[in-house]
Amino acid sequence: MIITRPREWSRIMANLDELGAKRVFIMGCGQCATVADTGGEKEILQAKAKLEQEGREVTGWAVGEVACHLGGTKLEARKHHGDLAAADAVLVLTCGAGVQTVADSTDKPVFPGLESVFLGNVIRHGVFEERCQMCGDCVLDATAGICPVTTCPKGLLNGPCGGMWNGKCEVLTDRDCTHVRIQRRLTEQGRNVLAVLPPKDFAKKLKPGSVNLRQDKKRAAAAVRSDDAASTGGGAGE
Amino acid sequence: MSKFRDALLAGEFVITGEVAPPLGTDLAGLKRSVEILGPHCHALNITDNQGATLHLSSLAASRVVLDMGVEPIFQQTCRDRNRLALQSDLLAAWTLGLRNVLVVTGDDPRAGDHPQAKGVFDLDSTQLMSIVRGMNAGHDMMGRELSGATDLYIGGAMFPEAEPWDIQLTRALRKAEAGAEFFQTQAVFDIDKLARATEEMHAAGAKVIAGILLLKGPRVIDFINNKLAGLMVPAHIERRIKDAADPAAEAIKLAREQVAACREVCDGVHIMPLGLDSAVPHILGVDA
Ligand code: SF4
Ligand code: SF4
Repeated sequence: MIITRPREWSRIMANLDELGAKRVFIMGCGQCATVADTGGEKEILQAKAKLEQEGREVTGWAVGEVACHLGGTKLEARKHHGDLAAADAVLVLTCGAGVQTVADSTDKPVFPGLESVFLGNVIRHGVFEERCQMCGDCVLDATAGICPVTTCPKGLLNGPCGGMWNGKCEVLTDRDCTHVRIQRRLTEQGRNVLAVLPPKDFAKKLKPGSVNLRQDKKRAAAAVRSDDAASTGGGAGE
Repeated sequence: MSKFRDALLAGEFVITGEVAPPLGTDLAGLKRSVEILGPHCHALNITDNQGATLHLSSLAASRVVLDMGVEPIFQQTCRDRNRLALQSDLLAAWTLGLRNVLVVTGDDPRAGDHPQAKGVFDLDSTQLMSIVRGMNAGHDMMGRELSGATDLYIGGAMFPEAEPWDIQLTRALRKAEAGAEFFQTQAVFDIDKLARATEEMHAAGAKVIAGILLLKGPRVIDFINNKLAGLMVPAHIERRIKDAADPAAEAIKLAREQVAACREVCDGVHIMPLGLDSAVPHILGVDA
């Protein structure tokens, strides 16, 4: 899930002040931001109370099912049309993806109420750790299921670096060095520890990422059609 | 063309030293260090933003040292440059007359004087070594032919005393496999561990130059034990220096003993005098 943290309140107030926004609509998210205790109903009501303390009127609020889902968020915006229309600004307690989705669903100025920090594993309730940076070129096959890109602070594919001491990390000294863990697990599993991982392909992770399954399907269907045409046309290319 | 390489391959016991480029453009301090250390050394390492703190580039400073008639070991860290810049600087190094390169990962920016910097680490040291080897063979990392190859003598860092040893050994063997022909070690305090490391590296076809760090006073020892990553001064050595009437003199004596011991087990020593450059001849046993 996407891990978010509360944004500095003074920055939020500065945003509203700059716009002269007196009336605010608050939008949260029923998924990640609810689990992260940053943008669920409880946090929205807290933000509402704080805004009211600062002399703002909260025209309404909503916790969309999944804030980053464009269709769902547009629907949510329509449901709250009146309250949104009455607001000068929208404060969004979701990750940055959700903020942008809300911004695409209303013509009101939209402000982020949270900082988006990482894709997190839920270790247990309220404990999140970053294990994957979605690099698009996964090396977990060679690293015994431990990601060096993310969990080594330097992101080294081959390690450890010279700062490792007694198995601990140079940068985060209370943690085990990722590369020591990788080599230990590879050894336990009887796998090769001498292999050198090649340089990473950063072209696999060009911004902005985009996947369009519909288009992919259409292309695949078109390819099949032209193959069929080719074979009925006498086996071109054989 | 690398006299340093020739000496190592001829089985000579080599001496290397280290000078740090300035923070700024004034080369006087750098030149003073080179004048003192140069005559005793086969080559001098020129550090590259060491400790993730800003300095004049190793590339430029290496050339200054070369012009003074001393052979530099150009250092390159993976922290500050991506693969284009690294390869470009390697080509530059060769055209500037530099013949040796020490490839290191580099400390994390959070440890240095620009803690907000992005640590690049596009490549790690092992990967970069194999790229240098490729450039020596006439092609860049994409396999494109170079019009004019390099012939750099490739070195790496090694940590004979960092535990767990099996992990360190694996790491060094991978580097040797990737192209490291010589290793300069972190400061050595335990000659048996150095001997063990040297044996392994010789089997892998690489030379070993042992790091000799002048523990010139209690403050240095405390700094190493509390602040520096990847190194610890053993308790008996800490006591020996700290309990001495004259810690600096004792440290010099210790370093001299260490150099003498290294002559029996490895291929050279890398002297890190921490500013006490004038003690170097004595440490090397060449002051008589
Ligand atoms: S290598 Fe690491 S960051 Fe990349 S996809 Fe795999 S787990 Fe994620
Ligand atoms: S000690 Fe290990 S985990 Fe920490 S930065 Fe170095 S290689 Fe990465």
